[in-house]
Amino acid sequence: MAETANTFEVKVITPERVFYEGVASMIEFTTTEGDIGVYAHHIPLTTVLAPGVVTITEDEENKKTAGVYSGFAEIQGDKVTLLAEAAEWPDEIDVARAEAAEKRARERIEAKASDLDLVRAETALRKALVRKTLAGRER
Amino acid sequence: MASMRDIKRRRTSISSTQQITKAMKLVSTVKLQKAKGRAEDVSPYFNAMYRTVCSMLARVGSVDHPYLTEHDEGKCAVITITSNRGLAGGYNSNIVKLITASELDKDETEIYAIGHKGEELLAHRGYSIMDADNDVMEAPTYEDASRICKDLLKRYADGELRAIYLAYTHFKNTVVHEPTLLQLLPVAVDEEDIAEGNDSNLLMNFEPNEEEALGLIVPKYVTSLIYGALIEAVASENGARMQAMDSATSNAEDMISDLTLKYNRARQGSITQELTEIIAGAEALA
Repeated sequence: MAETANTFEVKVITPERVFYEGVASMIEFTTTEGDIGVYAHHIPLTTVLAPGVVTITEDEENKKTAGVYSGFAEIQGDKVTLLAEAAEWPDEIDVARAEAAEKRARERIEAKASDLDLVRAETALRKALVRKTLAGRER
Repeated sequence: MASMRDIKRRRTSISSTQQITKAMKLVSTVKLQKAKGRAEDVSPYFNAMYRTVCSMLARVGSVDHPYLTEHDEGKCAVITITSNRGLAGGYNSNIVKLITASELDKDETEIYAIGHKGEELLAHRGYSIMDADNDVMEAPTYEDASRICKDLLKRYADGELRAIYLAYTHFKNTVVHEPTLLQLLPVAVDEEDIAEGNDSNLLMNFEPNEEEALGLIVPKYVTSLIYGALIEAVASENGARMQAMDSATSNAEDMISDLTLKYNRARQGSITQELTEIIAGAEALA
């Protein structure tokens, strides 16, 4: 492990497929408690994901970004596994759909529906915003 | 002996049935290939999920969490995954048999049916059907599983349900499909797996704390189980149908060759009879 001391295995798995598998020197993602960045030799940690952008730094030149929406992450020494219910690369995002979803969610929050609906609308809004940021960055 | 015409008519009808079963076999072979591929795609997610839940339970130990402890009141819910269409051999009746033969009391059990056949058969046997979600079987998605799970978890949290079971057909390989009854809630995992998880994850930290994380992760775990079961059930259904149609086709083959033999005998018999009659007539004239 001497030459790979500062890198670790990254796996992003969704129910439909193994989304990403590779070696990285850093990974950043959003959890329910806030954004975190993970380098090699991180303490073992299991945490719950919130909708957000995942940045996988493979090396200086290669950075990969993707949208991940709900799930959890398991960090185990030299291995990071992200179990996401849904994940997508920037080029898979349908911007028009995200904008429509954003509008809908905002309207619902404006209308101040019941508590449950409000939570759902907020989650939808967050997802839509993540999609827009990602797609915007790509262009 | 049946007349030549009868035999001929029967043979034609069997060979047209054979054409249908042959076509159905081909269709389910193709569908099986697709479903098998999907089932293989799902398994890494499911395995990782199972491992994580095991290690969490190992850490949390015997905490008094509603998802882990059994309450005494309420009914048992059984999610039964069967097919919407028949002609799949023992596929559907095996699931029904599994439920009737289990220790679940008929009056204490409610069926959440996925698949038309299971719903029909169980209702006929006097089980109460809580809900039916038959369209899911056409093309199961993760959202479907998540919706079903949300429904049932809410009722479980409200105390309406004592336990949630899942009855589905496990897809072992193309020829072996095992009807399986699985306890979803309260969460039951293998003691050995927990012990193993305990060894490798002694230092695991949780954020938010264990109990909160458990509350968030268990629903995802249950959803992934349901989703995995749906995908495997689709593969099993097509596998079962392929086998059933294969043996139907070869049975038809046997019947056709049998009837062909009978037909030829009858034809030969009638020719012999005609000849005998002519010779007898000629002799009488002489």
